[in-house]
Amino acid sequence: MKDVVSELLRDHIYKMAASGKRVDGRAPEEYREIKVRKGYAGNAEGSARVDLGETEVLVGVKMILGEPYPDRPKEGSIVTTMELIPMASPTFEAGPPREKAIELARVVDRGIRESKAIDLGKLCIIEGEKVWIVFIDVHVLDYGGNLFDASSFGALAALTNAVVPASKINGEDYPLEVEHHPISITATKIKDVIVFDASLDEDRVADARLTIATDENGHIRAMQKGLKGSFTLDEVDYVVKTARKLADEIRPKVVG
Amino acid sequence: MEEGKLVNDKGIRVDGRRVDELRPIKLEAGVLNRADGSAYIEWGKNKVLAAVYGPREAHPRHRQDPARALVQCRYNMAPFSVSDRKRPGPDRRSVEISKVISEAFSHVVLREQFPRATVDVFMEVLQASAGTRCTALTVAAVALADAGIPMRDIISSCAFGKADGQVILDLDKAEDNEGQADVPIAIVPRTNEIVLLQMDGHITKEEFDSGLKMAVDACHRINEMQRDALRRRYSVTADTHEAVKAISEGV
Amino acid sequence: MGTGLKPGLGTFSVGGKTYASQLGIKRVRGDYVNIIPLSGRYMPRQGDTVIGEITDIAASYWLVDINAPYPAPLHASEVPWKVDFGDTSRFLNVEDVVLLKVLSVDEAKRIQVTMKERDLGRLRGGRTIDVSNSKVPRIIGRKGSMIGLIKEYTECRMFVGQNGRIWLDGSMDGMYLAVKAIRRIEEDAQVLGLTESIEVMLREATAKKA
Repeated sequence: MKDVVSELLRDHIYKMAASGKRVDGRAPEEYREIKVRKGYAGNAEGSARVDLGETEVLVGVKMILGEPYPDRPKEGSIVTTMELIPMASPTFEAGPPREKAIELARVVDRGIRESKAIDLGKLCIIEGEKVWIVFIDVHVLDYGGNLFDASSFGALAALTNAVVPASKINGEDYPLEVEHHPISITATKIKDVIVFDASLDEDRVADARLTIATDENGHIRAMQKGLKGSFTLDEVDYVVKTARKLADEIRPKVVG
Repeated sequence: MEEGKLVNDKGIRVDGRRVDELRPIKLEAGVLNRADGSAYIEWGKNKVLAAVYGPREAHPRHRQDPARALVQCRYNMAPFSVSDRKRPGPDRRSVEISKVISEAFSHVVLREQFPRATVDVFMEVLQASAGTRCTALTVAAVALADAGIPMRDIISSCAFGKADGQVILDLDKAEDNEGQADVPIAIVPRTNEIVLLQMDGHITKEEFDSGLKMAVDACHRINEMQRDALRRRYSVTADTHEAVKAISEGV
Repeated sequence: MGTGLKPGLGTFSVGGKTYASQLGIKRVRGDYVNIIPLSGRYMPRQGDTVIGEITDIAASYWLVDINAPYPAPLHASEVPWKVDFGDTSRFLNVEDVVLLKVLSVDEAKRIQVTMKERDLGRLRGGRTIDVSNSKVPRIIGRKGSMIGLIKEYTECRMFVGQNGRIWLDGSMDGMYLAVKAIRRIEEDAQVLGLTESIEVMLREATAKKA
């Protein structure tokens, strides 16, 4: 469904941001309250329900036995899916994931994959025959802005909560080893002003978006620029520096 | 408990319940920010979230009913809600459940008040453990009331069935898998009209009669919990108690 | 109930007994028993003042979102200007915010709105916020006491649409405080002594600044 934002509200949000204030009273780099509840979905191998302000996502990790890819016989795999179910917003429609959900899922996936949070080699059971496939399913329950970060916090939190169901193959269940902790930070640009952790209204009027996932060493592990606007080189530098700083503050809340 | 028995000679089930006892139920109304109405339920090990949007204009236009609103329900299971991962999106089972729940609500929603519109009801099963359709319908009814949708009553649902030759209420997972019958129903508590009834398995007419009575009684108990969740949501004033009462008992 | 009252708004009647069809507060007015809903979508009534957002534009009308289940067409004949066929976009455009009056709602719930009365028109500057329309009476307050309080402390100009959409304009801090007060009223609408607690909040916030 088309989402019409009045020119009036668009101008107001910009004017507030331009004066260093935000509609909900936050500072430009200030995140909303983050609440992480792990182990919420009992039939999943790992799960986490994450509240980021008014946004709420539920991420479940399922571990399924499967065959490795022929070109990677010694590795398991990760599959990340995302559903923008119509429960979460009047603008989401039922049906197969469209480009927005697919982009989101791929950005979350890259953060986890590229940081080597999960060692795919350790997911191998029998070379060339049997491996664990880790499904990370992101279910958006309430859309209140900044889905990129809420989803990636949820994915990491659910992984740190996951147990490998080795009893299915006559072993003993053991916690999934999460070797790195990538935290995604998203900057949103409204005309020429940058804010972090956009609220719903800020998301609705955004011109450009830049997501940076960094690990616990401050190394960049995934990036995604989105929407039709652009960032200057100086702005990219600012966003990356700020993302590293914010990620360090947020990481303990997500990993626990 | 004897090996492999679901109900013992004293009529006690594996989880300790009597034959006519419900699993524990926890209900909360008004849990989401975006939806016009919402509710959350934990019923045994089931966890289901419901959201209502509308009445709003129905799209596409050719689906509109010029005389009344549509009630469109979508029952959906999260991929991680079951032990084997479920592929995202609707399958034949969830399409059927969505249809019978839509029809049940269509009976009580005062649809004539909103021609051409739709009332959309979304039910997300986050954790499944037998009886999810009854759980989903029960929580969706609370979400509809929370959304202020005009209705003749808040409908309530539960199942009865048969295991080890005994008629039992509200089957859990083992009873559902190994029992002989499962009969989910939903009623309009004020009138005891049946608005949802499905059955699979094998039971006698006598067993059906006694099970139905058991389930209807249980629906009334569930209705009290639904009303209680709404009372808590709109608490603080004494007026609210009266508001909830007025729906079922008249003014 | 045997009092001889007739079923009014938000009710239905079966077998001589009247029931509420929505969660709400019972109010008797004349011969009728009405239910004032605690939640639910805005349903337009003739004479309501509403704030709308233009969502589409055609040769002889604009389509306006007024928070109701249906969009409301604003016909070119219902604006204070002479608009030639096909010339609508010269006057009002998609994303404009307008203050309107509900002219009529027919049996089929078809809505007509007008901009032709005094004080109606396009709203410029400031911002809008949406609240549940069932909270509008609380936000206005008895004889306008609550809204008067907010205007006084925040020095904002405000219009409250009966459709739960509020327009306000003032200084940035003033608007921020006004929105905060409105959200608080929405949250605590059922609490006793609300006007007093809102006044305390506004007074403290404005004193801090001064």
